Amino acid sequence: MHPAFSVIFLTTLIGAGQGLFLALFTGQIFSQFKLMPEQHNESFFYIGSLIAIILLSIGLFSSFFHLGHPERAWRSAAKWKTSWLSREVIALPATMVAIAAYGLAHYLGFTTPLFTMPGGTGVDATLLLGLAATIATYALFVCTGMIYGCIKFLQEWHSPLTVINFILLGTASGFTLATALSAYLNTGLVHFYASWAIFFTLLAFIFRLASLRRNSRIKPKSDLRSAIGVNHKNIKQMAQGSMGGSFNTREYFHGAKASFVKSIKYVFILLVFVIPLILLLLSLNVSTYYIPAIAIGIQYLGLLAERWYFFADANHPQNLYYQQIG
Amino acid sequence: MTQLALVIDLNVCVGCHACVTSCKEWNTSGPAGYMVDKNPYKEDPTGTFFNRVQSFEIGTYPQTETVHFPKSCLHCEEPPCVPVCPTGASYKREEDGIVLVDYDKCIGCKYCSWACPYGARELDEKQKVMKKCTLCVDRIYDEALPEAERKPACVMSCPTSARLFGDIHDENSEVSKAIREDAGYQLMPEWGTKPANHYLPRRKTRIKIHEDELERVDNPLSKEERKTHNAPGTGPSLDDMTTW
Repeated sequence: MHPAFSVIFLTTLIGAGQGLFLALFTGQIFSQFKLMPEQHNESFFYIGSLIAIILLSIGLFSSFFHLGHPERAWRSAAKWKTSWLSREVIALPATMVAIAAYGLAHYLGFTTPLFTMPGGTGVDATLLLGLAATIATYALFVCTGMIYGCIKFLQEWHSPLTVINFILLGTASGFTLATALSAYLNTGLVHFYASWAIFFTLLAFIFRLASLRRNSRIKPKSDLRSAIGVNHKNIKQMAQGSMGGSFNTREYFHGAKASFVKSIKYVFILLVFVIPLILLLLSLNVSTYYIPAIAIGIQYLGLLAERWYFFADANHPQNLYYQQIG
Repeated sequence: MTQLALVIDLNVCVGCHACVTSCKEWNTSGPAGYMVDKNPYKEDPTGTFFNRVQSFEIGTYPQTETVHFPKSCLHCEEPPCVPVCPTGASYKREEDGIVLVDYDKCIGCKYCSWACPYGARELDEKQKVMKKCTLCVDRIYDEALPEAERKPACVMSCPTSARLFGDIHDENSEVSKAIREDAGYQLMPEWGTKPANHYLPRRKTRIKIHEDELERVDNPLSKEERKTHNAPGTGPSLDDMTTW
């Protein structure tokens, strides 16, 4: 498939935004349930939420560039019963609203417990809103992943690994961002977030490698025989119906050399996983904020490459009909 | 339930592209607006087409055969492009099974084109909406046209009658008979899309001729028979051959 930068920015930015929110909320839960020293730095939570909202907004904005008619985008919420894209269109603003409400509750200091749980943990508005936002965040991850995962003839995408990787890569980048943010704001959560970021980056690494391995062994279900219905092992296209290009030759081919695609694979493995892991391990002990800041910068660049590769790697069966111009 | 469809006979298609130009002419003049032609006389011409004829070479030289292969939307009975559409612009008509795009609702997100394994959908570069074969829905029901002309433009134009049009759910229709009797098949059946359009394969017309059909063993007029039997009084007489 042809990698579209609007969609690459959309999926990586909202992934990082969702991950950042999950990081914030994880921090809050650990603190509220007294699994670590309690945090009273409200500014970290609302600044973090604001950054998450900004990331989601830029992602949403970028998605409009993918549309032929952005002014009709409102229509796309109509078919949520059948279309994962439609579901994403609903889940994305819902997640933004929920995260905004969560950030606002922190900003306004709605931290007086509404009721107390048996263990003595006070449940306040931020916790409930955070829970709602977590559900929305995961719903959005699933929708985004399933947009690609549900197309059965794009065999590289048609796998649970697609959704898992969207979740893990988004979460990993979000936690790395949270590490940088907490280091910058001096919240004392650097060690906590860096450890989680390492965990999620490693987990994402394992699952991304699994999907690379799976995709390198895919046997295409369709070939020229089934495409034109002639049962002969030696079929060669002589003409594709037009001497110039067409939508079919632009939308489904990445147009890059195989060696370039392969190099992008190594680039993203290095940038998304290896280098951030080293930097995160460093920031476990060094308290300067620029090390995790560099880590998230590099990881994000890597994610752009990863998403580019994700598209370029997918081989559409329609390409069988467009192998030779004439 | 009606399912209108085309049946394309690869045995008679000569790859003349008459269906392509006829389709373009009819649909670019249609109520949905023109189908863009970018750089028609320059480098890299490109444009929207609902129908294209491709050519494939089967076999290894000199045992080769060229198959001309017209390709348009197959109006699948389980169209994978329809449920993925977020706006409902892409739909399959209940009454005749034609898969259509509502150009006023389409947001041009291209998702339906990803979900079509055949590459039957093309985004119009000018109108920025997804376009595809409509089976000439603005023609086949037009009562202003003589009944014989209420067919898709491609079918009307085909000089070899390689394109048949009709209801594949009506077992007495011309298309159903063609599918049934001439081994009609679907493209990429492995995806379960159940394309309504069918193709008829290349067919070789052969007759089996036995040696003795060319030359009768007991032919009294054969060279050998004449040699042996031509001497008067030696060969079989008419009395030997028949009973009076």
